[in-house]
Amino acid sequence: MTAALEALDLTRRYQLDGVAVEALRGVSLRIGRGEFVAIIGPSGSGKSTLMHLLGCLDRPTSGRLRVNGVEMSQLSDTELAELRNKTIGFVFQSFHLLARTTALENVALPLVYRGLGKAERRSRARAALESVGLGHRMEHRPSQMSGGEQQRVAIARALVGEPKVLLADEPTGNLDTRNGAEVMAILDRLNSDSGVAVVLVTHEPEVAEHARRQIHVRDGLIELDTADRNPE
Amino acid sequence: MALEALRVNRLRSVLTMLGVIIGVLAVVILVAVGTGAKDAVEKEISGLGTNIILVVPGRLSVGAAPTQSKLNLADVAYVRRVVGDPAKVTVSLQSGETVRVGGTEAFVTIVGTDQNLTNIFERPLDKGRHLSETDVDTRRRIAVLGSEVADKLFGDLDPIGRQLTISGARFRVVGVYAKIGQTFGVSRDQEVHIPVTTAQRLLGIARVNGIAVGASGPDEIEPLQERVVAALTDRYPGEKFSAVTQTQLLGTIGSVLGMLTGVLAAIAGISLLVGGVGVSNIMLVSVRERTREIGLRKALGARQRDVLAQFLIEAVLLTTIGGVIGILLGVGGALTIQALTPVPASVTWWSVALAFGVSAAVGVFFGVAPARRAGRLDPVIALRAE
Ligand SMILES: Nc1ncnc2c1ncn2[C@@H]1O[C@H](COP(=O)(O)OP(=O)(O)O)[C@@H](O)[C@H]1O
Ligand SMILES: [Mg+2]
Repeated sequence: MTAALEALDLTRRYQLDGVAVEALRGVSLRIGRGEFVAIIGPSGSGKSTLMHLLGCLDRPTSGRLRVNGVEMSQLSDTELAELRNKTIGFVFQSFHLLARTTALENVALPLVYRGLGKAERRSRARAALESVGLGHRMEHRPSQMSGGEQQRVAIARALVGEPKVLLADEPTGNLDTRNGAEVMAILDRLNSDSGVAVVLVTHEPEVAEHARRQIHVRDGLIELDTADRNPE
Repeated sequence: MALEALRVNRLRSVLTMLGVIIGVLAVVILVAVGTGAKDAVEKEISGLGTNIILVVPGRLSVGAAPTQSKLNLADVAYVRRVVGDPAKVTVSLQSGETVRVGGTEAFVTIVGTDQNLTNIFERPLDKGRHLSETDVDTRRRIAVLGSEVADKLFGDLDPIGRQLTISGARFRVVGVYAKIGQTFGVSRDQEVHIPVTTAQRLLGIARVNGIAVGASGPDEIEPLQERVVAALTDRYPGEKFSAVTQTQLLGTIGSVLGMLTGVLAAIAGISLLVGGVGVSNIMLVSVRERTREIGLRKALGARQRDVLAQFLIEAVLLTTIGGVIGILLGVGGALTIQALTPVPASVTWWSVALAFGVSAAVGVFFGVAPARRAGRLDPVIALRAE
């Protein structure tokens, strides 16, 4: 069976005012379908950079990446956009909801780029919102919702396209403990119920505890992958 | 979605549209006034009569000093023989003079002419009669008044049969013309027509200013025009004579006014372009402000062309809404001008269509650069933007 994500010796170098910053210095990993993985490491260790590469938002300086069995270096920007739309769901620390748009329309947005009709978009968005327990907030705008609710809207948006992989970058970073726990519970449940692979990026060990597997990153390198310790 | 984005920044959208609104408004109104002026002049010329040829001495060109007339009544008789139909030739000798009735004075244009005037020109009577052949032959001191002259000198009285003094000589009123308004900005209702023979004696002039010939049909105009000029040149070797037809006059004035309208529209078009620069500017600001939104949309699967289309549609919507508002205001303005001032204004469908098309094109043209910038944004950088 092909892995959901397969990275081989990924590097990413940024050029900043003529100074090269090596954000990733050779990362290899394999994430199977339906896995729940936490990428943990201190701030600046390269977690977000890695997540952007895994989500095909960015191209590596060197190394190879297969997403759902497809070699991403072979794809054009347009094909990468389609790949993101169909295979990847993103959840960000700062939610990134469109401010003047209702929860329902925010959730339906990825389906616009899939070319679905309005009725279909709305019914799928409604189902996604219900699955994160926000059936009663469809017509609310982000400013009318709590941070926890906003992040749940963002999770619904990430799931509405039925992706293979959900990438969450510090999803609880802007939330209090109670809302953070609620968001984590939803991610747990979605992973076990729908079988979507969840890659959780965090710098908090307590959050990383939710995952069955932890990948520790430091200075652009994988320091420890718990999958290597207790292979299944 | 695009409308929504414009509504979010309503004031800014309206201010941005203002440039386009003013540009389109100016185009529509200026073209309407230009076209209205052209229509009015053309109506004046066609209102003179049909198939008219005007013969004057010298070369006819815009801005040239009027040539000293060489034509006299013998030449008129000669032209009558050349034309063949004497009734289709008339004559004009004009001079500004003061006319008086009792204590009331008026400065008018005295036109010395003959009984054939009305065979060629449209000049309906209000009351009384036209000049007759006998009036001309016997140098009668009688006059037919333009409507304004009649009003000014006689007021409510019936002028027919009453006396008036032209340059000290007494004349009797035999007719009053119906009101006909202006030709080329000169009121024709301030004319006083007297027999050309009487006018020559009164003014001490043996010449006439011009001869008018009426052709029997549109096809006759050009050959007749050539024949008359050739005959006069024959008679006065070395002299120049010009004949202009109504059609030529229409064509010349039409093209001059058309050019004027075009220049006005072009100037107005420049303000439309300036409006477009404003749109471009605001779209760039909008792209910058919404960098994170663009990053997010790309993360969710928006392709470069989706983002480009989104911003392009917004720009075009901005300019076309501005265009429609400008058209509505422009049409309203033109109708108001028409109703409240003597300036004629006629809104043409093509200027409206052009204004709309140009405002849409301005949106595309000035929206492309910001929209491409948006489409090309790197999603990672866009997402990290503050
Ligand atoms: N666009 C960029 N240009 C230059 N340097 C960057 C850029 N993005 C990230 N970096 C640098 O790369 C390193 C890793 O950043 P990041 O992946 O955001 O770490 P983390 O998410 O673990 O905090 C940091 O040193 C950061 O400053
Ligand atoms: Mg980070």
